[in-house]
Amino acid sequence: MATPAKTPTVFAPWEDAAETPLIRFRNVTKRFGEFTAIDALDLDIYEKEFFALLGPSGCGKTTLMRMLAGFETPTEGEITLAGKNIVSVPPNKRPVNMMFQSYALFPHLSVWDNIAFGLRRSDMPKDEIGQRVEEMLRLTRLEKFARRKPHQISGGQRQRVALARSLAKAPKLLLLDEPLGALDKKLRHETQFELMDIQEKTGTTFVIVTHDQEEAMTVASRVAVMDHGKLMQVATPARIYENPANVYVADFIGEVNIIEGNATATGGECYDIAWAESQPVIHAQSSEPLAADARVSFAIRPEKINVTAEEPTDRPNKMRGRIHDIAYLGNISTYHVEVGGQIIKAQMTNSRRLARRSFTWEDEVWLSFTDTAGVVLTS
Amino acid sequence: MNFRRLFLIGLPYLWLLALFLIPFGIVLKISLSDIALAIPPYTPTLDFSEGLAGLGRFLAALDFENFTWLTQDELYWRAYLSSLQIAVVATLITLAVGFPIAYGMARAPDEWRPTLMMLVILPFWTSFLIRVYSWMGILGREGVLNQVLMWSGIISEPLTILNTNTAVYIGIVYTYLPFMILPIYATLDKLDVSLLEAAEDLGCTRTSAFWLVTLPLARPGIIAGCFLVFIPTLGEFVIPSLLGGSDTLMIGKVLWEEFSANRDWPVASAVAVVLLLILIIPIVLFQRNQQRQAEAEQ
Amino acid sequence: MRRFSWFNATSLTLGFAFLYFPMVILVIYSFNESKLVTVWAGFSTKWYGELLQNEAFLDAAWVTVRVAVMSSTIATLLGTMAAYTLVRAGRFPGRTLFSGMIYAPLVMPEVITGLSLLLLFIAIGLDRGVTTIVLAHTTFSMCYVSVVVSSRLMSFDRSLEEAALDLGCTPWDAFRSVTLPIIAPAVISGWLLAFTLSLDDLVIASFTSGPSSTTLPIKIFSAVRLGVSPEINALSTIMIGIVAVGVISASLISKRAAIQREREERQAAG
Repeated sequence: MATPAKTPTVFAPWEDAAETPLIRFRNVTKRFGEFTAIDALDLDIYEKEFFALLGPSGCGKTTLMRMLAGFETPTEGEITLAGKNIVSVPPNKRPVNMMFQSYALFPHLSVWDNIAFGLRRSDMPKDEIGQRVEEMLRLTRLEKFARRKPHQISGGQRQRVALARSLAKAPKLLLLDEPLGALDKKLRHETQFELMDIQEKTGTTFVIVTHDQEEAMTVASRVAVMDHGKLMQVATPARIYENPANVYVADFIGEVNIIEGNATATGGECYDIAWAESQPVIHAQSSEPLAADARVSFAIRPEKINVTAEEPTDRPNKMRGRIHDIAYLGNISTYHVEVGGQIIKAQMTNSRRLARRSFTWEDEVWLSFTDTAGVVLTS
Repeated sequence: MNFRRLFLIGLPYLWLLALFLIPFGIVLKISLSDIALAIPPYTPTLDFSEGLAGLGRFLAALDFENFTWLTQDELYWRAYLSSLQIAVVATLITLAVGFPIAYGMARAPDEWRPTLMMLVILPFWTSFLIRVYSWMGILGREGVLNQVLMWSGIISEPLTILNTNTAVYIGIVYTYLPFMILPIYATLDKLDVSLLEAAEDLGCTRTSAFWLVTLPLARPGIIAGCFLVFIPTLGEFVIPSLLGGSDTLMIGKVLWEEFSANRDWPVASAVAVVLLLILIIPIVLFQRNQQRQAEAEQ
Repeated sequence: MRRFSWFNATSLTLGFAFLYFPMVILVIYSFNESKLVTVWAGFSTKWYGELLQNEAFLDAAWVTVRVAVMSSTIATLLGTMAAYTLVRAGRFPGRTLFSGMIYAPLVMPEVITGLSLLLLFIAIGLDRGVTTIVLAHTTFSMCYVSVVVSSRLMSFDRSLEEAALDLGCTPWDAFRSVTLPIIAPAVISGWLLAFTLSLDDLVIASFTSGPSSTTLPIKIFSAVRLGVSPEINALSTIMIGIVAVGVISASLISKRAAIQREREERQAAG
């Protein structure tokens, strides 16, 4: 789930205080009548970033993007692009282009004319337009289809035309609204890598809206998880997954066990969490200091939990339970284990063939994990 | 931008105000005036040179006399009632004729449907007047129908059909049939065949599946078709004047005659106002049906 | 493969026989030699010849076509504007009244529309003639145009217009280069509808025409009130012929286009 390393030097402008962001949202609120779509939001996006807005439908991610494109005006607050307030700039005057969810290819124009559409509305000379269109066709491998109309090409090709059209004007910022939503799963995976490749080649800043967490994790340099018009967390995919800021993010991304309990400090960053009578406390670490006897949620991913038949000796946390259910997924198996009245999910890779698998329903097993395997969350 | 928006909204708006709403206001006003032997043939007329006093005198001279007259003269309320009766009966006959056609079209093989559709639309684009006229040659005493019936020996004396209410019914059913077929076909066409298979799977016979599934689902189309036939029929003028007889009473014809033959503009206007009041109920019901259908589709 | 059931085949045959029988009779009798329309006296095209000699009919036809072209063109402009306003302009003061005025003429009895317009023209002292008929026809047919165009606009993917704005179009430029080409078929069928309605109209034209501006339907109506006439049969046959050729070729063209498109889409997907 982690991003593949892109360049030898780590790309992380958000950690460099000297960098100025390309886009700044300052206290932006958007209301539609009574409904608040975006609620007093602050956000910085840096040049050359591949930034993902992730959240369930209705969380405000699309409104946020449409404000960048200029189709919605914020009710309050300001949005700056390269230091300039763009709130009152109409969409046709912004150095921002958008790739629409429906692709919005003009059905009456050929692929070539679709790509040239925006260029013809700039002051670019005619022969340069031709060169630029050919360049975009090469970039998206569409040379053979230039004369076709949108209905004469396949879904994947249409997606590439939409991308080429929105990139043709070399915008400072490219917005992608669920760009891969209409493609089937296999094509979507291939296209994700193609998108990353094109983003790198052109050096354009991409902001992508998606509800598909796997897609956001794969393509993005940073992910913003949104809910009810607020940012729940903005961080790299790895941090979002391994260090969720709150229960919402932990629960939204991937599978997780949430165990609620009371934390007691045991020195340093170490805490003991009492979560069920008759069960041993969980030893965990938290870099944030916790109040005495604080109510906390302990979040741990299933793959961080080991399932063994014998009691392990080398792990700080271990508990005994009974297998309630097994989901066999081929490469991995998820075990639903009942411990202290709660179902805890644990995942093991199936490195051995089926016949050698040792556990079955109602077996008594041991669950174990290290003291850094999970995170302690207070909200 | 704002000027353009103003122009875009304003031009059609002003046009409709000037040529739809204001004329209707004039009808309303004249319906409250009295007949006079003058040009224009009614009184009072609004004289702006007298200022506010003139307006006061003008308003004082308006009354409901013409409407009282409508209720007193038997001709008018009989005409309204007979229009309503003809419209209702004709609508039901059109439904009875149109539904099987729409149903047959919706159940026809796919490759036939565009042709059938075209065959329904073709009369729709053909002149209304000509389609009404075409029945005059068929229904007359020496018309094609009587000739065929006499020749085949079914009757010995020619039937009198033209210039009777029967001819009016035939004319209405014939000219408004496409308005009934098209909305019903549209709902039946959308009906998922697997619903009927499900009904049969759950124990319905073909016939009971038709009554329990097809008909309720076709209801919005049936209602829309009925209103599309009923509303224009009520004010119909051409069909009763060409196919109807002297005893065929329809309010559209009465209005026309009141206006052109009797030159009684105030009464003609009052007749129009009452006709419109009668039409408001079906129009509102029709609008509601259309809205519900649109919401159901979303 | 679905096939006709016995019941459906019967109802369709009877239904279409009913729809077409009167027109077929009309066409046959237009070629009748005899003046007596009900007696067949051999094939002849003489009534077509007489029709072409009849100055009054030719004048009326010319007036009708002029009125229809003018009124349908103005109605298409106004109706498209009205449709765009209703679907895209959002809220504005008096919107309810506006949409009411768009839909009301569709259900208004023709006698009332005609009467009210006549009273208006008299009140403002406008002489009745071609101008008044054009004004009257434009008013009711713009509403039909607006209904046709707005139903197309409602199914129109709004992101196409947004994409045009996003790529640098001004709102007017976006309308001209994207919206208009895509809704053009609806605008054209709106024009055709308005044109046909105008050609067809008897009642409103009777109220709003003057002595010098008799239209063809008025002429036909006053002729057929006296009874069936072979000349009118010939005229009707010509009009039916024009409509039939128009409708059949339009449906053939659209069918061919649909098949072509389907084939291309199948190729693209495969």
